[in-house]
Amino acid sequence: MSVTSSIAPSLPVIDRKTPPGAGALAWLKENLFATWISTAITLALGYVIIRVTVAIVLWALVHAIWTVPYSANGIAQTAVCQDAKGFGACWAVINDKFRLILFGRYPFKEQWRPAICVLIFIALYGVSAMRAFWRKELALIWIGALTVVGVLMWGGILGLEPVTDDYWGGLPITLILATFGLAFGFPLAILVALGRRSRELPAVRMLCVVYVELIRGVPLISVLFMASVMFPLFMPAGVNIDKLLRAQIAITLFAAAYLAEVVRGGLQALPRGQTEAADALGLSYWKKTGFIVLPQALRLVIPPLVNTFIGFFKDTSLVLIIGLFDLLTMGKVALSDPPWQGFSTEVYITLGLIYIAFCLAMSRYSRGLERELGASQRR
Amino acid sequence: MSDATIDPRLTGRAAPKRALRLSWSDPRFRAIVWQVVILGGVAIIAWYLISNTSRNLAARHIATGFAFLERTAGIPIGESLISYNPAADTYGRALVIGVLNTLKVSVIGIILATILGTLVGIGRLSKNWLMARLTAFYVETIRDLPLLLQLLFWYTVLQGLPAPRNAMSIGGAVWLSNRGLKLPTLDWEFAHTAAVIAFLIGCAGTWLWNRHARLRQEATGDRPPVWPVALCLLIGLPVVVWLMSGAPFQWDIPALRGFNFQGGTNVSPEYFALLLGLVTYTAGYIAEIVRSGIQAVPWGQWEAAGALGLKRGAILRRIVLPQALRVIIPPMTSQYLNLTKNSSLAVAIGYQDLVSIANTTLNQTGQAIEGIAVIMAVYLTISLSISLFMNWYNAHIALVER
Repeated sequence: MSVTSSIAPSLPVIDRKTPPGAGALAWLKENLFATWISTAITLALGYVIIRVTVAIVLWALVHAIWTVPYSANGIAQTAVCQDAKGFGACWAVINDKFRLILFGRYPFKEQWRPAICVLIFIALYGVSAMRAFWRKELALIWIGALTVVGVLMWGGILGLEPVTDDYWGGLPITLILATFGLAFGFPLAILVALGRRSRELPAVRMLCVVYVELIRGVPLISVLFMASVMFPLFMPAGVNIDKLLRAQIAITLFAAAYLAEVVRGGLQALPRGQTEAADALGLSYWKKTGFIVLPQALRLVIPPLVNTFIGFFKDTSLVLIIGLFDLLTMGKVALSDPPWQGFSTEVYITLGLIYIAFCLAMSRYSRGLERELGASQRR
Repeated sequence: MSDATIDPRLTGRAAPKRALRLSWSDPRFRAIVWQVVILGGVAIIAWYLISNTSRNLAARHIATGFAFLERTAGIPIGESLISYNPAADTYGRALVIGVLNTLKVSVIGIILATILGTLVGIGRLSKNWLMARLTAFYVETIRDLPLLLQLLFWYTVLQGLPAPRNAMSIGGAVWLSNRGLKLPTLDWEFAHTAAVIAFLIGCAGTWLWNRHARLRQEATGDRPPVWPVALCLLIGLPVVVWLMSGAPFQWDIPALRGFNFQGGTNVSPEYFALLLGLVTYTAGYIAEIVRSGIQAVPWGQWEAAGALGLKRGAILRRIVLPQALRVIIPPMTSQYLNLTKNSSLAVAIGYQDLVSIANTTLNQTGQAIEGIAVIMAVYLTISLSISLFMNWYNAHIALVER
């Protein structure tokens, strides 16, 4: 034990804080220059980090081009960007295309509607994150919010101009696919998880096991392909379900299988005494489930539920492959405009920042929640 | 009356069975009714979908069945592990190539992601603040970006590399250009095959010697040295065999001829981008698994082993890792499965994996159901194989309790 490697697992119980009054130098010595290996790592990493940071700042800020002139017929003149290629970013592409990327081909004058929908979704996530709202009424809030989103997007009533979903695109599509997938998948997932746990109904249990394992064993792409090429065959002649709804059904069925496993984890974590006590009180199966089991089990699974939701949020980008216009697809569409071809790095970085903003907020929240709930259980 | 009151758990006999009553108040009767209703509902929906499908297929004059696998494919395939001629070979062979390409990227991806993920996971536990912060930043960022976005980004980066004429080079042997990565290969001769066989024999010998040493230690208490013997068998033996058979050693180094490289082996930009994306993405998840696995082993284990006089390497190998692996294996399995399933995103950047070739097939032949059935069957087989193997391994290292 004489050589303390700098990459040895740290002591879980050790107090890393320097004693009071030790100052910055002691902190540096402790955390950056403790041994000669640690010093070497610090110097090497520090060098690389500084070089990369300087290069990124020069590319993204100093040499960047923010606007380009337009010709008389409204076509962007990107020669100045082409010249800067390689050492300066061309943020003018975002400047020119951000409405297209965010809202797709939604009628330009009506784009306040998808913008409000995005805000409603964010508010919905915020409300669901607050523990004061973790009660049955939350389901009503979800139903209300999703109805408002549907009315705003489709229009046709209340004097709103109707817009068919062929014209939807961008961020609202990503949020709709993920959120509706969760909203419809979750009740299904609860039923499947209960069915998989049921001892009295072996046939139903088998059905649930086959469903969950089948879906979890294949990639989401194959389920989406199924929705896009096999669904039309399933329907009677003349019935045509549009593309967005088919993808939504596929994502919902896919989400339900994963959510069912999350819910099952919560059901398993519940002590058996709870169900036995409910049985002793003579409660029926549905009363026992609704009043005793689910309220406790679902509370346990909120952190993994958020993590699963982050996964779906990212996975909705796969609809690009079946030709739906979500956020990522709109980025590619924006890049197919001849003047802007070749500026994909800038567009992908912008899309990445949007995805990170959502996912980081959710994962931070779920980690904090895990710590909080864990603390209350440790006691 | 008296035997009826004895608790059946005490007698070891099952409780006497009551006759099934045809009444809603009998739970067993209720269970049967519910199951019949639910299964009947599922069967009716399935029958409805199947009858619609067969009517639609008949209306479109699409024949069902797998006969199309025998037809000539005509799909151009860029890279393949087995020979393929688009003008003569069948759809069946094209799909087999797709499966092999999927396996090629999955297996190599799993190995590389495990290595990178373990390094990053250990890095997150580093006492060096800069190292811990940098790896934490990597894990956060990579896990919060959709994999598809990362794949498209890497593919664009590789497409933006200079043409072969101005390719970037490492030591004049490895070339990176927009045509992909060129690596030197070894001219394979009999001596190399012999050396590989000698190495395998060395492995077997080392295993036997290790077993002998263990038995000897159990019997007498002292352990014959293993490392010198292993070194001789694993490295010495193949080197001697290679030297004896003439020691041939000739690299086939890629070199620029005209507009492209000749010689060596090529890693296509599509494969390279897919591998890069899958490895960096999955490594972010594996790092977290490794970190929590190591942290799950209490520090007292390190201290107790140190107090027994074990060296640091021995503590890690014999005390900490076996305990950490128990925590690590189950989530690691699901990451391996995820990587394999995520390799299907290849279709977005034009690497011809199973999904990509099956998609082309079903577009050309109209055999949508069969094409998707093939995709699902193959992935289910791969998923089940990986989980069976990992379950076996998990059972192998599981804690044996009384």
